Amino acid sequence: MSKQQQHWEKSKGLLMMTLAIWFVFSIGIFLFGAEMNEVTGPFGYPLTYWFTCQGSLGIFVILIFWFANRQEKIDEEFGFSERGDD
Amino acid sequence: MIKGNFIDNLPKVYGIYTGGFLGFIIIMSIAEQMGMTAKTIGICFVAFTVAIYAIIGYLSRTAQADAYYVAGRQVPTVFNGMATAADWMSGASFVAMAGGIYFKGYGYMALLVGWTGGYVLVASLLAPYLRKFGCYTVPDFIGTRYGGNLSRFMAVVVLTVASFTYVTAQINATGTIASVALDIPFQYAVYVGLISILLCSMLGGMRGVTWTQVAQYIVLIIAYLLPVFWISNKMGAGFFPHFMLADEVSRIAELEAQFGFVKNSAENLKEVPKGLAGITKAHSAVNASPWAFISLALAMMMGTASLPHVMMRYFTTPSVKAARKSVGWSLFFIFLLYSSAPMLATLSKLSLIDPSLPTGIIGKSISEVQAIDWYQNWNQANLMFVSDFNGNGTLELNEFFMGGKAVVLATPEIAGLPYVISGLVAAGGMAAAMSTADGLILAIANAISHDVYYKIIDPKAETAKRLVVARVLLVVIGFAGATIAALEIQGILGSVIWAFDFAMSGLFFPLVLGVWWKRANREGAIAGMALGLISGAGYLIWVRNGGSGFLGITQLTFGIFGSAVSLVAMVVVSLMTSEPSAATQKMVDEVRVPSGKSILGKQH
Repeated sequence: MSKQQQHWEKSKGLLMMTLAIWFVFSIGIFLFGAEMNEVTGPFGYPLTYWFTCQGSLGIFVILIFWFANRQEKIDEEFGFSERGDD
Repeated sequence: MIKGNFIDNLPKVYGIYTGGFLGFIIIMSIAEQMGMTAKTIGICFVAFTVAIYAIIGYLSRTAQADAYYVAGRQVPTVFNGMATAADWMSGASFVAMAGGIYFKGYGYMALLVGWTGGYVLVASLLAPYLRKFGCYTVPDFIGTRYGGNLSRFMAVVVLTVASFTYVTAQINATGTIASVALDIPFQYAVYVGLISILLCSMLGGMRGVTWTQVAQYIVLIIAYLLPVFWISNKMGAGFFPHFMLADEVSRIAELEAQFGFVKNSAENLKEVPKGLAGITKAHSAVNASPWAFISLALAMMMGTASLPHVMMRYFTTPSVKAARKSVGWSLFFIFLLYSSAPMLATLSKLSLIDPSLPTGIIGKSISEVQAIDWYQNWNQANLMFVSDFNGNGTLELNEFFMGGKAVVLATPEIAGLPYVISGLVAAGGMAAAMSTADGLILAIANAISHDVYYKIIDPKAETAKRLVVARVLLVVIGFAGATIAALEIQGILGSVIWAFDFAMSGLFFPLVLGVWWKRANREGAIAGMALGLISGAGYLIWVRNGGSGFLGITQLTFGIFGSAVSLVAMVVVSLMTSEPSAATQKMVDEVRVPSGKSILGKQH
């Protein structure tokens, strides 16, 4: 397998993992919205309510930065990263 | 004071700007103490901020194609994040979102999840790859990846339908705010709003829009957060509302149980002015079925990833790496406002319905409520209404009605904040609506000038002529949008959601598969765009005319049907026709590698 193919395989793996986490917090947990809301979540809010106001939103922010860092590592590993530090 | 390159000095420039704006707020509050009228304060806020944006727009003027179309591709990550956040958060987010949460609770909050979750798709599936491509517009990508004028043209059609639906709502919002703040009739205020919008984008194109959007973000986020924190402290609900409102949320649930949701008869509801609603849904309980919630969130997420005015912001970063990080910053800046909207809704609702608070009106006598100053003001503005349906002389929960906008606009006054805050909120709403309208009008005008005029009609046109065409289109599209907005056909929020559905119906799969599926070809993409858009629009028309719909897909989520048709059409047609040429496949391989030259040259 060429270097480029390996790079793409790894990138696809990262994409799948990112989308899986995204799926859980944007769709998965809301299948059980009513049940989860019985539980008290962070700061004392009902759990599902907290996810819709803060939880899921905050997790998406962190997820994107995590994804960007992992993808940069993959690019560096194969020597595909760009020069410059912006 | 400022030496050297503008880009290197950005933190300093915007630091001074933010300080200046805070200084302006303080001056205004001193002026209020000294007896300046509420109306003058409102005019000062709107006029001062719009003048600043116009100056930035003028200073950013340019005669170069890559500065006009993609701001010279040198916008730093964090600043592009702020610009995207302003581009993204429209008048609807600013003025209507807290109201939506206030009235509809959980079912509405699918929009919060959808409008943020979509950025994960943007970051992982599209933005870095389109940045590597080096295109000026979204149809530029479609046209080059799939080849042929028809595919490029179809992309322009989808883009125009979606963005135009969206932009009329934004011009409408600028008009509403301008007419209230400047006290002129709506029909004229719409054009005042439009001229302010064009001042930012006419001369500098994307460069002008970028630097005004950063300035607009700073105004809108201050205007949103300051009242939320202030009200929370004033009510004694906690100095950091986001972490401290659990008691208030459970108190609302307690009061809801105590009052009950009494259903009003149709006859009684006839009395209520149009557009006002009562509290009929639980605040924090789950009040929608899983599919109703998930389908709305999913439609908004896929729509986010297909809306061209957002995507083109990531064409302006210096590198692919920066494009990825910039999506993260965008969402962070959006998060600051979105996570505050539910808190504002909570504070607003509790302050009105809790009889044990001095501001509470439920349980008071009707005549007492009708004598309150702020009630009279907002009743006159057609945003509040009470009526004694059961004739017992006291105001019940089901006898109090309010407009969605009032949650953002009236809560500061109800909580007893000085009028300077209301002026600030008007300036923030104006900034939010203007920045989104600018991004959208520019997206449409650029697509038509670059993709239709330059790429299809006259490929030999010189840069100067191209930019003249781009500017003329900008004005024409702006006026067309304002003219439709002046007719006041649709509400703000409904048309915003439709824009997402149109965009996802026609563009989501052609964009995503263009990067992630090498086998996708021109015929497939054209079929995907055309059938997706047609079936989505058809479904909307059917449901609007009394059709029953299927699978619980409503007129707010018709994009789910449209994009499903688009996916099937694209895959089937692609597989039935020949695979893309070796050159195209190589191009896709190159797009997937961040380093190296972009596919399209710097000047194309």
